[in-house]
Amino acid sequence: MTNHWNDYQHSDVIMAIGGNTAENHPISMKWIGRARGRKGAKLICVDPRYNRTAAVADLYVPIRPGTNIAYLGGLINYILQNERYHKEYVEHYTNASFLVNENFSFDENTGLFTGAEPDPVRNATKYSMQDWQYQTDAQGNIRKDPALTDPNCSFQLLKKHYSRYTIDNVSRITGTPIDVLEQSYSLYSSTGQAGKAGNILYAMGITQFTHGAQNVRAVAIVQLLLGNMGIAGGGVNAQRGQSNVQGATDMAMLYHIIPGYNPCPQQGAHPTLADYLARTTPQKNWWSNRPKYIVSLLKAFYGANATAANGFGYQWLPKLDGLDHSHIPAYKYMRDGEVEGLICVADNPLVGGSSSRAKLGYQKNLKWLVSIDVVENETASFWKGPGMNPAEIDTEVFILPAAFSYEREGEKANSGRWIQWMWKAQEPPGNAKADLWIVNEMFKKLQTLYQAEGGTVPEQITMMSWDYDGPDGQIDIVKVCREINGYRVNDGSLVTNFVGLQDDGSTACGNWLYSGYYNNLESPATKKRIRETEGLGFHKDWSFAWPLNRRIVYNRASCDLQGKPWNPDAPVIWWDAAQGRWVGNDVPDIPGAWSFEYSTENPFIMLPEGVGRLFSIGYQGIGGLLDGPFPTHYEPADSPVPNLLYPQATYNPVSQRFYEDHTVETDEERQRYPHIATSYRLVEHYQSGSVTRNQPWLVEMMPEMFAEISEEHAEELGVKNGDMLIIESKRLYKDGEQGHIRARACVTRRIQPLMIDGVRRHVVGMPFHWGFMGMSTGDSANDLTPSVGDPNTTIPEYKAFLCNVRRA
Amino acid sequence: MAQAMCLIDTSRCIGCRGCQAACKQWNQLPAETTTFTGSYENPPRFSSDTWCRVAFREHGDNGRVDWLMSKQGCMHCTDAACMQACPVGAIYRTAFGTVDIDQVKCIGCNYCVVACPFDVIGFDRRTNKARKCTFCIDRLENGLQPACAIVCPTRSITFGDASDLVPEAMIRADRLRAAGRVNARIYGLDELNGTAMLYVLTDAPEKYGLPADPEVPLQTRISNVIFRPLRLVVVVAAVFGLWATRSRSKQLEQARTESK
Repeated sequence: MTNHWNDYQHSDVIMAIGGNTAENHPISMKWIGRARGRKGAKLICVDPRYNRTAAVADLYVPIRPGTNIAYLGGLINYILQNERYHKEYVEHYTNASFLVNENFSFDENTGLFTGAEPDPVRNATKYSMQDWQYQTDAQGNIRKDPALTDPNCSFQLLKKHYSRYTIDNVSRITGTPIDVLEQSYSLYSSTGQAGKAGNILYAMGITQFTHGAQNVRAVAIVQLLLGNMGIAGGGVNAQRGQSNVQGATDMAMLYHIIPGYNPCPQQGAHPTLADYLARTTPQKNWWSNRPKYIVSLLKAFYGANATAANGFGYQWLPKLDGLDHSHIPAYKYMRDGEVEGLICVADNPLVGGSSSRAKLGYQKNLKWLVSIDVVENETASFWKGPGMNPAEIDTEVFILPAAFSYEREGEKANSGRWIQWMWKAQEPPGNAKADLWIVNEMFKKLQTLYQAEGGTVPEQITMMSWDYDGPDGQIDIVKVCREINGYRVNDGSLVTNFVGLQDDGSTACGNWLYSGYYNNLESPATKKRIRETEGLGFHKDWSFAWPLNRRIVYNRASCDLQGKPWNPDAPVIWWDAAQGRWVGNDVPDIPGAWSFEYSTENPFIMLPEGVGRLFSIGYQGIGGLLDGPFPTHYEPADSPVPNLLYPQATYNPVSQRFYEDHTVETDEERQRYPHIATSYRLVEHYQSGSVTRNQPWLVEMMPEMFAEISEEHAEELGVKNGDMLIIESKRLYKDGEQGHIRARACVTRRIQPLMIDGVRRHVVGMPFHWGFMGMSTGDSANDLTPSVGDPNTTIPEYKAFLCNVRRA
Repeated sequence: MAQAMCLIDTSRCIGCRGCQAACKQWNQLPAETTTFTGSYENPPRFSSDTWCRVAFREHGDNGRVDWLMSKQGCMHCTDAACMQACPVGAIYRTAFGTVDIDQVKCIGCNYCVVACPFDVIGFDRRTNKARKCTFCIDRLENGLQPACAIVCPTRSITFGDASDLVPEAMIRADRLRAAGRVNARIYGLDELNGTAMLYVLTDAPEKYGLPADPEVPLQTRISNVIFRPLRLVVVVAAVFGLWATRSRSKQLEQARTESK
């Protein structure tokens, strides 16, 4: 999130798109309620189902699953055509005026940008990206047209790209009635003026698509055009579904980054530390500090073994080999016998992962499996699963009982980036241990083994500095916090914040973004709990928000060119001419060394060009997506209709496809799986349900797997409420036999058939929380979902696929 | 506290059922075995183990949908049918103005279960006692809010004193009507001479599954007026009846066990 949950109270219009905020983030509704009560804010819910959020929304916008870019592209077009954008903001705080290389173009027939070429390795399309560049003058400065009229400026290119996204076209694609589209566009774009705040909330209904990253980009473009970034009540707000998933990404629980959102080094491109830093460090703005963060990180990893002479141990860091190592391919490699062992920490891919039933069989190829969890989940007990014969399975399974979150201490980062300390409420039962204890013991044992026996690149483990034990030989969490915060190597004193980090090996820091959260041992910021009684509700002395305790990032953009807040009623920061510095309710997102003029030219300090990107490319090594500078409507991989905007296009040509014959390709298959399906979560159950399906009170409320279908659909099927349904998808079709899942029918008015290009289509909604273990068992919707991924993130397309429904 | 009250503003309810779980947790009520019947509403009715439920009701036509959610349970009525129906005076008004069942005095006659116009009293077959929401009196006595109110994330349930919450309810209903919810109203102010659960509804009570005009059943009123002086007789009769029912059910149980 760029803002925070409690900042929703300052919004004028809130759009929940691809996120059922009332269902999955109930506390958000407290703040939305406050905005509605105090300033008459409006809530728009864009979702395929009339869900719990829709029930309390001012406007419900039905949409076909997987067509968010069409909807948001229509909004962008509406904003531009009706001049609803915040002109001063767009002109000065975005790259609207930047001129783009004249060779850049987009083919409205094929739906491809310039530079498309076949990618034989992935059997897909890739882009060369050489024409996706800004025009520069002889000095290397970006050429601009402040009038925004040059046909090659970002603004005009944006206008041209979205001119096809008319309300009529969007309605044909999304199935949203035209009047509802107009109403929602008009209402949301009313925030494109100084003093008004529009807030877009999203979750997995934006990200889990083969164009998920571009969905987020579309949201960002809307917010930039309306001047909603950096202000109170605005922002692009990714609502995290787990108490510490923000912390997990901050700490790089993703294969393509290392802690603090630094790119993972690549085998070919980054052979040495100097190469890595040269290719990933821009000349301007905040990321030009990258060398300080990387060298400090290496010092934290390798301690005294990291010296200037050996590149601070850079050679021991694992490098990306050019292959994808995320969730979907990891299981494909497992299928192919290339994976020997799997350690699953608080993860249950056999329920939560895509095409989960197929994965059940792939796990047989493992020699060993370690599951660290609070319960014995489906992944750990795959050998007991449907169709499994334990006698034929050689996998050795270890289950390490883990402590529940209330049974251990440590910090969690919430969606609003607040790193809050959590104290232990009670001791874990039996032999259950905190994750940190388990990891510490595991690593110490591994290090001893590698030291004694060697192995492949043993230095990766043996050179690692690992000193987290307290006097009692047990893990001392304060030692871990000190390292994350950062310290001076010579005397071990804690650094105040990341401004004190150096690139000469004199400081060590486990994650630069967190630096400052634990900068003193007596009263670390992460443990502070002081409520603010006045102000905007930033609560600056309540825990610590990264970076530098800033509650709204890019908050320079909350002020006009003179440094006065766009909205004087909710001032985030402002320029104090008398003092000659930025002051305010929040920590200004402006380095102290910057002049007023420089800060005004660079409100988006994380980007080397200093302004928000309408046209998005990798510039000086920062950002850019693999599938185009503008979000473009592509169908989901499993789609019932052709691409109505670009005749020769279908689904995202750059998307990640790992299995052949995996999604619906032919008309015959479209008839076999005629219904549009989407998966979702319920408030009563949590993720794969391994905890909540063992909680009697929650099982009582939501006892069984069900599927929501419309009354019209039920009538066609001859199904009554509560009857058993059989649901099939192509993922369960194997060797001429069609597999299925079973679910109770929830016949409801809340699901309505959609008119897609003149044809009435049924929508089926299914929660995915069930599996074969625990108190409440049932099939998972993920048995049906395809293992196709976004090109940038490889997140699977859980939210839009085709299915068939029958009466059981 | 003169009159404890919960203001239940259905326009703020998101149906998260935190209240339902919190009620079970605080009162340590066991889960019931349920099935999915086609609605999110579950368990389908109140019982001795379910005192608080969120009702989910769908309405609408021509593509327009209303999905109404509301926390429901004992209303703690001023004219409490259960109190009038109870032959032994086991149901009483507490110091907080709420209605509670004295589990020691209750003889399990079920009269209150039948009399309640909201069907919220359950009969516990394990103890042969009637049970229902206590307004968390054990929390009130310790200066705490009821479990359902403290857990509500949207403050759809607000705990306080009637003198504060009744005017607040009126303001909220007015605000809803002004915002176009023309059927918005207060429920529980006139009904049964006032209830300690006061609702702000966005639509007619029937649409939430609440009775439009709840009344103390005629039989309860008559028996209360006529037979009140004869309470002792009723008690003796009830005790006899209970004894007879119990021995009969024991016989039945025995017969069932033998037939297996």
